Amino acid sequence: MKTVKNVVIVAVILVLTLSLAAAAAADAVYRTLDEIRASGTINIGVFSDKNPFGYVDENGEYQGYDVYFARRIGEDLGLTVNFVSTEAANRVEYLETGKVDIILANFTVTPERAEKVDFALPYMNVALGVVSPDSRIITGLSELTENDQVIVITGTTAEDYLVKNNPEIRLQKFDTYANAKTALENGSAAAWANDNTEVIAYALQNEGYTVGIPSLGSQDTIAPAVSKGNETLLNWINDEIKALAAENFFHKDYEATLVDTYGLDYENSLVLEGGGLAE
Amino acid sequence: MPDLGLEVLWKGKNFVRLLGGLWVALRISLIAAGISIVLGILLGVAASRKRSVSSAILRIWLGVIHIMPQMVLLFLMYFGTTRAFGWNLSGEVAAVIVFSLWGSAEMADLVRGAVTSIPAAQRESAEALGLKPTQVYRWIILPQAVRRLIPQSINLITRMIKTTSLVTLIGVVEILKVAQQIIEANRKASPNAAFGVYLTIFVMYYLACRPLSLAAKKLEKRWG
Repeated sequence: MKTVKNVVIVAVILVLTLSLAAAAAADAVYRTLDEIRASGTINIGVFSDKNPFGYVDENGEYQGYDVYFARRIGEDLGLTVNFVSTEAANRVEYLETGKVDIILANFTVTPERAEKVDFALPYMNVALGVVSPDSRIITGLSELTENDQVIVITGTTAEDYLVKNNPEIRLQKFDTYANAKTALENGSAAAWANDNTEVIAYALQNEGYTVGIPSLGSQDTIAPAVSKGNETLLNWINDEIKALAAENFFHKDYEATLVDTYGLDYENSLVLEGGGLAE
Repeated sequence: MPDLGLEVLWKGKNFVRLLGGLWVALRISLIAAGISIVLGILLGVAASRKRSVSSAILRIWLGVIHIMPQMVLLFLMYFGTTRAFGWNLSGEVAAVIVFSLWGSAEMADLVRGAVTSIPAAQRESAEALGLKPTQVYRWIILPQAVRRLIPQSINLITRMIKTTSLVTLIGVVEILKVAQQIIEANRKASPNAAFGVYLTIFVMYYLACRPLSLAAKKLEKRWG
């Protein structure tokens, strides 16, 4: 009897979720640019706890690199911005249900995500970076000898990249940032490879370390995203990003929000103006 | 005294923001608790009759609610209803609905257990005295059942208060999210703030739940 009941329950759940999924495919839920304008408010999803990209300061105000751009969008559209606190795990969901108009939450462009949402022109680069002690700065992977090891964190793009493209390099794998950093400080490996924003911030905060390879492998980009098919809004954002290049807007954004974390040296490698098309 | 980074609490409006976050968590869980108590008692009494349709429905509902993590229920209620029916529930309303569904299912189960635990002789004697079925419930069964219910229902409500930390996934900023925002905004200036801030919300949660268990103790003593 018990198993029969369980089977029934599982079946009910399956039917419920399937019907929800089927309904999801059926209709679009986004607001067009005109509808947003008419409402007077634009909903923008940002991180609220990812300093320095999107966070809330001690006065309860949203701040950061993404937020700076979001405010400008609101200003140029003449609309009030309603910031919605999002998590990495629900960014796509927010757009698929039209609960926000734009996601500006350090959203890396990937082919899988591009199937579900529409990305506008990018406004920032991300790549892998390698940091090493000043006593022996590694400026290219070819400098590594057979005896050298490189620290990576399990499950990161850095690990995938090195396993795939440089299988000859010996890796030391750690599960947490704290352990990886301790290992580097103990001198158990020649270098540490990770997202370049991470290693740059690390080198700036810890004396005696330098990012010898600031950008390794394929460049990924960070871009605004809108609901799939919302062309009026997408085109407006693209035009806006192109227009803002004239005033070097994202350099100003960097200098206002990111410079404390990454310093001025990386401004040009991290910032993208005009979607990178102008250069 | 170790550095707990407590200074971040006095920066700007941080402390008031934490209290505001606590209020959001309490508002959601207490409204849902109120709904759950009313619905739970009605459903539980209905389900206490053996082999009734309502007891079968309750068992399926309880099964569904128990299998589904609260996070899944929140996602279904907030995003799922928009996809399926085009409803645009606010995060807080969706949270209150989910917590009420969960709370009343568990409450009904507690009520059913309490009602069936009253010895059959009680009902039979009441009927022998000529009381009608509704009177039997009103004057004999429920007063005794409610007494047995108090500890578990208080436990359920405090669990609801603590589970509100999940609502951040549907965009509602409650106390735990505010805490994370404060810690992250001050990561450089006060790297130890995590200790101090989590310690503070621990005290806040405690102070919020304590009056409930005190009231429960009093009631138990008075009726016990």
